[in-house]
Amino acid sequence: MAAKTDTHSDTHSETPQDADLGAAGSQLSTAPKEEVSLPSLGPIGWARWFWRQLTSMRVALILLFLLSLGAVPGSLIPQTSIDPVKVDQFKEQHDVLGPIYDKLGMFHVYSSVWFSAIYLLLFISLIGCIVPRTWQFVGQLRGRPPGAPRRLTRLPAYATWRTTAEPEQVLQAAQRTLKKRRFRSHIVGTSVASEKGYLREAGNLIFHIALIVMLVAFAIGNLWKSEGGKLIAEGDGFSNSLTQFDDFKSGSFFDTNDLEPFGFQLDKFVATYERGGPQNGTPRIFRADVTYFSGADGKEHKTSIKVNEPLDIGGDRVYLLSHGYAPDVTVKDGTGKVVYEGAVPFLPQDPKNFTSSGVVKVPGAKTKDGKKNQLGFQGFFVPTFGGKGSGSMFSVFPALDNPRLTLTAYHGDLGVDSGLPQNVYQLETKNLKQYKVDGRAVAQMMSPGQSMKLPNGDGSIKFNGVKQWASFKISHQPGNGLALGGAVAALLGLAGSLFIQRRRVWVRAEPGPDGVTVVEIAGLGRSESAKLPEELADLAYTLQPDAPQAPEPETETEASDPEDSAEPTDSAGNADPSEGARA
Amino acid sequence: MNLAAAANENLASTSNTLIYSAMAIYTLAFLAHMAEWVFGSRSKVGRTAAALTADKSAAPGVTVQSKAKAGGTAVLDRPKVVTRSAAGSRDVPDGIGAHGGTEKGDLYGRIAISLTTLAWLIHVGGVVSRALSVERAPWGNMYEFSTTFAAVAVAVYLILLVAKKNVRWLGLPLVTTVLLDLGLAVSVLYTASDQLVPALHSYWLWIHVSCAIISGAVLYMGAVSTLLYLFRDRYEAKLADPSGKQPGAFAKSVLERLPAAASLDKFAYRINATVFPLWTFTIIAGAIWAEAAWGRYWGWDPKEVWSFITWVAYACYLHARATAGWKGRKAAYLALIAFACYLFNYYGVNIFVTGLHSYAGV
Ligand code: HEM
Repeated sequence: MAAKTDTHSDTHSETPQDADLGAAGSQLSTAPKEEVSLPSLGPIGWARWFWRQLTSMRVALILLFLLSLGAVPGSLIPQTSIDPVKVDQFKEQHDVLGPIYDKLGMFHVYSSVWFSAIYLLLFISLIGCIVPRTWQFVGQLRGRPPGAPRRLTRLPAYATWRTTAEPEQVLQAAQRTLKKRRFRSHIVGTSVASEKGYLREAGNLIFHIALIVMLVAFAIGNLWKSEGGKLIAEGDGFSNSLTQFDDFKSGSFFDTNDLEPFGFQLDKFVATYERGGPQNGTPRIFRADVTYFSGADGKEHKTSIKVNEPLDIGGDRVYLLSHGYAPDVTVKDGTGKVVYEGAVPFLPQDPKNFTSSGVVKVPGAKTKDGKKNQLGFQGFFVPTFGGKGSGSMFSVFPALDNPRLTLTAYHGDLGVDSGLPQNVYQLETKNLKQYKVDGRAVAQMMSPGQSMKLPNGDGSIKFNGVKQWASFKISHQPGNGLALGGAVAALLGLAGSLFIQRRRVWVRAEPGPDGVTVVEIAGLGRSESAKLPEELADLAYTLQPDAPQAPEPETETEASDPEDSAEPTDSAGNADPSEGARA
Repeated sequence: MNLAAAANENLASTSNTLIYSAMAIYTLAFLAHMAEWVFGSRSKVGRTAAALTADKSAAPGVTVQSKAKAGGTAVLDRPKVVTRSAAGSRDVPDGIGAHGGTEKGDLYGRIAISLTTLAWLIHVGGVVSRALSVERAPWGNMYEFSTTFAAVAVAVYLILLVAKKNVRWLGLPLVTTVLLDLGLAVSVLYTASDQLVPALHSYWLWIHVSCAIISGAVLYMGAVSTLLYLFRDRYEAKLADPSGKQPGAFAKSVLERLPAAASLDKFAYRINATVFPLWTFTIIAGAIWAEAAWGRYWGWDPKEVWSFITWVAYACYLHARATAGWKGRKAAYLALIAFACYLFNYYGVNIFVTGLHSYAGV
């Protein structure tokens, strides 16, 4: 394997240092080598060349760059999946750009052909990169650290001294010390070769594999998901079947028969607001108290759902999305029969103080003569009456302090029998006539308990009180656990990959020209690190008892005092990389 | 208005006073740093040009260091570890620092650091009293985010100083940008102290946003260092080629006092690589929170998109560092682009793009 890398280094761009070190510097990383040569002729040659290009670091780099570039338009141009209304507006305003963007998939960037192409290529490149790297890494784990290069002085960190000990003794001691520090080491010839920090490579591989796991989880989540919305007034309930949803969408592989059997009832919605101070009216608590059942036994449980605390139920989750008021009304028709009774959800027009609007549709009403006379009411509601602005009333506080309901009434044909789906929050006034007296529309502002009479004895509507409603999202998204697992693995792998230093240390002990043993130690790291010289200095220090320093031949000094030489003076200073690097 | 609310209002105005005071002292620190650079430029020591031609063939032949002790007996010390920078990189010593070796410059530099520390303490007081006034983490809007961001950036700088890292050169650019950031915060982004909407009531706010702020503050250091690396690298390249165009007097005076390009580059890499996992975690934490709050962990909301872009850009940078032919300047440009993405995610997305991540009042 080492030999193979050597041949690579002839043809491809490697740093001079790598070339210097030959096998010793090879495979400190399993990163693919850069391939710049042109392919040999023939389709197989081209295919191989293409595959090598695709799995090279350079192409991975370019694809990563394209991925981030490609994600940009989706954040600046309205997206159908996020806000379809805005997309339509954009198309209306831009006659020229609209169709072009449409063709380019700019309104659904993250599912467009070109964006998918980028990330699929990237992931193919990733797989093509991981598989050989994993094998190579396994090979490295099975093999032994490469032997010492000829000239240790060329390595980024180096130290040497002369010792009175025998070479054998020094090598044995060095190997013992390195093993104790959990280096893998072995003796080749006159030197010890050792290596540590394999977890870096493992971490890197785990990180890249985890990316694939996350992509798979994301795909599963999108293909098998389902998501529906439901608005419920206090006292009403929901059970998980298709007809019950206000709106519903699902991934391509979701089968609506798979909807889990569960349901819940909204007992009470609690909202509190700050009173007074600069934060007057700011919401403090939103809470939906519910009773739910799930599965076959249908046993009921009570719980509450909050904005950040969804309900886990039957593998699905129920989220609290928004809330509002639902005036409770009773409508009697001309015959005096109660033709409508219940809470009607009104939609907030002003999200801060909840001035809301809504409609009441009463298809079953009759005149006092028993003729069909469908009724429709257009209404405004304020939880805290603050007066009348330009014509219509407005609210000054979001809580139910002083509620008012203002209604205007219509009669005729609501259009609900036509079979066309209708918006429940809007009145189709085409075939309706507004009730008028002396040319002025009949309208009345009511407090709870008050009623409004319709002209001609057509009946009345009573404002009984106010309930609250809450809207929920019921979502089924498989693969969340897998995504989380992938994310955690990616994070751990990344930390290992970035924080663990992979490095090699060699210790050579040979008799010098004068017969005195010369010890040389040197280290090589994956990246230049301040730790390596420190580690080396520490190793040299630990070896002192087994390889005590011999006196310098030139200087005529007495033998070293063992106690003094063991003194840890300047140990940090010696290894200080900022100084050492300049030596 | 109830009593608690009144107390909170008092705290909020205290917070504002503290932030303004901190700005005043940062301004003094800024002036002191300027003085440091000005005195440093007059230095003779600073003028000694770096030896640029590294002798790569000469192996460092230092063997055993011997040291004379009092009494004339020389004893052997432990072996000295010789380090060698990677082949191909210039072996240039670090510049001497802004003070240029002058005592006066150094004094002003120290004064600047003391003032920065003082300003930082007041600044932190401002952030904390704001938090107390709103009874939550002070990260509910851009004003709060900006003030906290600057406080964390200065904290990181001071921690590096205490850890005896060679970062004094960061002083002037840091204090300048902290002043800019705070100035922008109190003028354009100011939002009266306010409660959080229930959607932000979650301990994930603490985790996700604090990680985002710390990541950003640290990445900012990386970006400054990268930018200075680009300048210094060009400067060294010019010096190494005496026949080519030489740097101007002003550029020379400033750049020669900075650390070597290799040191700046290494510092930038370490910083960026160290916070990259934290930034990764920030995004994961955000996804977990989004799952709890909105019912999906990833929905391509503009804020999510730009976090993703930033993340991929930094991944790109880390890859570039490991790819032959992309190290050095090209990787540095990628790092700057990546940081620009972070900035856009913060300012650009909040101001120009609407999404679910809208803060209370900008
Ligand atoms: C899906 C997109 C990818 C992302 C987000 C990504 C991200 C990263 C990150 C953050 C690192 C830094 C960790 C480190 O420096 O050790 C890294 C390293 C690395 N990546 Fe990727 N990567 C991706 C795809 C690829 C592909 C396609 C290849 C193969 C060509 C690849 C090969 C490598 C290698 C060899 C390293 C280690 C570099 C070193 O040893 O320093 N990556 N990757």
